[in-house]
Amino acid sequence: MSTAGITVRAIPGAADPAWARWLLTGAVVLFLAVFLLLPLAVVFGTALASGLHAYLGSLRDPETQAAIRLTLLAAGIAVPLNAAFGLAGAWLIGKFEFPGKRLVTGLIELPLSISPVVAGLMIVLLFGAQGWWGPWLAAHNLSVVFAVPGIVLATIFVTFPYVARELAPALAAAGNDEEEAALTLGASGWQVLFRVTLPKVKWALLYGVILCNARAMGEFGAVSVVSGHIRGLTDTMPLQIEALYDDYQFTAAFAVASLLVLLALASLIIKVWLESREGSQ
Amino acid sequence: MISTMPTVTPARANPQRNRGNVMPGFGLSLGVTVFSLSLIVLLPTAAAILKSSSLGWSRFWASVSTPRALASYRLSFGGALLAALINLVLGTLVAWVLVRYRFPGRRLLDALVDLPFALPTAVAGIALTVIYGPHGWLGAPLAALGIRAAYTRVGVVIALTFIGLPFVVRTVQPVLAGLGENDAEWEEAAASLGAGRWQTFRRVLLPVLTPAALTGFAMAFARGVGEYGSVIFIAGNMPLRTEIAPLLIVIKLQEFDDAQATAIAVTMLAASFALLLAIQCLQRRSERWGQR
Amino acid sequence: MTTRNAILIAFLLGLGLFAGPAPQAWAQSPASVTLLNVSYDATRELYRDENAAFASYWKAKTGQAVVIQQSHGGSGSQSRAVLDGLPADVVSLALAYDVDVLAARGHLLPADWQARLPDNSSPYTSTIVFLVRKGNPKHIRDWNDLNRPGVSVVTPNPKTSGAARWAFLAAWAYALDRPGGTPVQARDFVARLYKNIPVLDSGARGSTNTFVERGIGDVMLSWENEALLATHDLSRGQFQIVVPSESILAEPAVAVVDRTVDRQHTRTVAEAYLRFLYSPQGQEIAAQHFYRPRLPAVARKYAAQFPALKLITVGQSFGGWQKAQATFFADGAIFDQIYQAGH
Repeated sequence: MSTAGITVRAIPGAADPAWARWLLTGAVVLFLAVFLLLPLAVVFGTALASGLHAYLGSLRDPETQAAIRLTLLAAGIAVPLNAAFGLAGAWLIGKFEFPGKRLVTGLIELPLSISPVVAGLMIVLLFGAQGWWGPWLAAHNLSVVFAVPGIVLATIFVTFPYVARELAPALAAAGNDEEEAALTLGASGWQVLFRVTLPKVKWALLYGVILCNARAMGEFGAVSVVSGHIRGLTDTMPLQIEALYDDYQFTAAFAVASLLVLLALASLIIKVWLESREGSQ
Repeated sequence: MISTMPTVTPARANPQRNRGNVMPGFGLSLGVTVFSLSLIVLLPTAAAILKSSSLGWSRFWASVSTPRALASYRLSFGGALLAALINLVLGTLVAWVLVRYRFPGRRLLDALVDLPFALPTAVAGIALTVIYGPHGWLGAPLAALGIRAAYTRVGVVIALTFIGLPFVVRTVQPVLAGLGENDAEWEEAAASLGAGRWQTFRRVLLPVLTPAALTGFAMAFARGVGEYGSVIFIAGNMPLRTEIAPLLIVIKLQEFDDAQATAIAVTMLAASFALLLAIQCLQRRSERWGQR
Repeated sequence: MTTRNAILIAFLLGLGLFAGPAPQAWAQSPASVTLLNVSYDATRELYRDENAAFASYWKAKTGQAVVIQQSHGGSGSQSRAVLDGLPADVVSLALAYDVDVLAARGHLLPADWQARLPDNSSPYTSTIVFLVRKGNPKHIRDWNDLNRPGVSVVTPNPKTSGAARWAFLAAWAYALDRPGGTPVQARDFVARLYKNIPVLDSGARGSTNTFVERGIGDVMLSWENEALLATHDLSRGQFQIVVPSESILAEPAVAVVDRTVDRQHTRTVAEAYLRFLYSPQGQEIAAQHFYRPRLPAVARKYAAQFPALKLITVGQSFGGWQKAQATFFADGAIFDQIYQAGH
């Protein structure tokens, strides 16, 4: 399955009776408006309640800026790593049959089934002062939990499945014919990957990266356990939102939240734009 | 082992090629995958399982089967299951409309579907509590009808439906789009052969949609079971009534009882896996049905 | 692609993962020093001012610049984070038990830490009062009004919140102090009170948001300082404070974490920082943030702000926090039993 066709011009539903089209469309628009637009309205409404000036001012706060930088850093490390891991995993699952394939597939998806709180706890169990490697780390003056590495680790764990999940079915569905032709013509493995395979599945890859990125930037539960909540230092954007909310600074809290939404939606808008450009060519 | 991914056998390629596969990169992709899996997934999971095993079987069983723990599983699993079912129906419907119909604002709504991913769970929880609280925009009219949404189990289901929605929409959408691209003639063929609309849907579309919809259902369910951030704001958190299992884990952690906390976590993980296995069986059956 | 290459690339990825981030190194020098104060939920505004005041005091006295980082959260989870390695130079937690844990489980500071500073290492105190809606429509005067049918009470979860534990003990002590009060009656009293609670938030700030912003509940059991903050800053006259006939002397605890200050060579400034909290200036700031000061002169100045009421202590009424924790809040203890039996 591929995400390539979302905006295709063939309109398969045109044959459906008009009343069904209107009824279903109306129901879905109403449902999405109530269910998704209302929370969005709460976020932006509260963020802008004190005016645009206050909104921008709250984003200039040094602690908030530090949180934005930390979130971008964590996502900047976690997303490329998970894209690489996901590509390898998807290639393995999508292109080969081997014993233990179902085991590997299941393990890749495992982080989805683990409560983020428990994911954070696991990292503390490994790297915390009372954990397996805590004493060794402390002796060498290294910090993992309550510092950037722990936050990055938690983010990687939580977002691990997304790229492989989106990519593996697309790779399998795309088949091997072109790749084999390229190999026969003497192309190297890497050339096949970058010149032949990735262009075929680029939408699935892009979509996996977008989901991975959105989750990475928005992750709360796991990061909350390993962060230590040192303001201006180990608070990510979601944690800064919580801190501001608990400071009774609702405008500032929702301003940061709205920024996070905009960051995540920006990647989706880029995707839609790329698709429409592709479609018009 | 469990996989909720749709069968990813290289189906359209020649199936006989499995043995003499000429595709390169098996060693590298296996190496990277095994390495990343071990480091990122297996190692931490092993740490949690080992920690819980330090309790010994009888204490493990005692701590995961208290009435309070059982009530929290019922809420977390029941709530996640109900939310995933709602998403199965509504999510498929959303995907259907977004792919098949054209209307103003469609692209905006399409992008909005990912909002539950983008919104930090805590913000989602707060926003939902504002909306569904007794004095909220929707909470007040609901309260007038005698329905208490926030601080009840209803609130838990609302939050879990919210965070699970993208999973079903995003797995069903590509399949529907693919149908539109390649296989629109199926429907026409079926229709020209005199099959009724409902028959076309049941015989042609449903078998193709079911595996993807079940995948989305399984993911929404798995995510819902472990969800913490968005639920604690809207749930009420009363022991035995509105206390979710992840909250119980957090409480055990505050009591410095890591062993019991991980015991509950491992139990939840095992139960999630059992349920995902069942869904996978269902999925394979539906795929076979689809290939008939 | 050979297996050897695979291993190499995997190794490089691993190296990138762990070697990239530098170890945490506070800038400690004669010119400047950084402290981390790990504190609980309700002290955010207090320490913002205390830290600024201490920084200029320390700069004037020694010429050294001091930056104090803050971490806030539920008192119990903050204590756990320090135990798991959060490098706190000083802790300022909601109750002594959460500091005891650091001594008992992590040996991060000596067991007699509470004797190292005056007043049980508690530079300011507070108590538990009731916050009710304007005009007090449910006529709540004292603890025994809270468990009337139809009264909805908001308080956080004692398992995760320090304020809630103080409130639980205050209610228990009130019931025990009634004529002929027995532990059995106290238990029944508290059980009926908890039947009237619709939401258990995880922290004090969460409860305040539920009560003030969401409009849930007729009365909130609150830190006195939080209640005063809510009536002064948050509410525009929508709430008023009801002072019960008796409550509990809540003593938040502060301590230097020996393990951290010895490693980071910050003991001198950390100890000076905590002593500053006892100074007239530090006490004044505490009073301005609605904490009851210890220093008699400052207490007299702000006396109008803090109503007089009978205050019992954990030491006298419950034999100290270790005992109270084991009796009431440990796994399977009285708080758990109330819920197991009640529903």
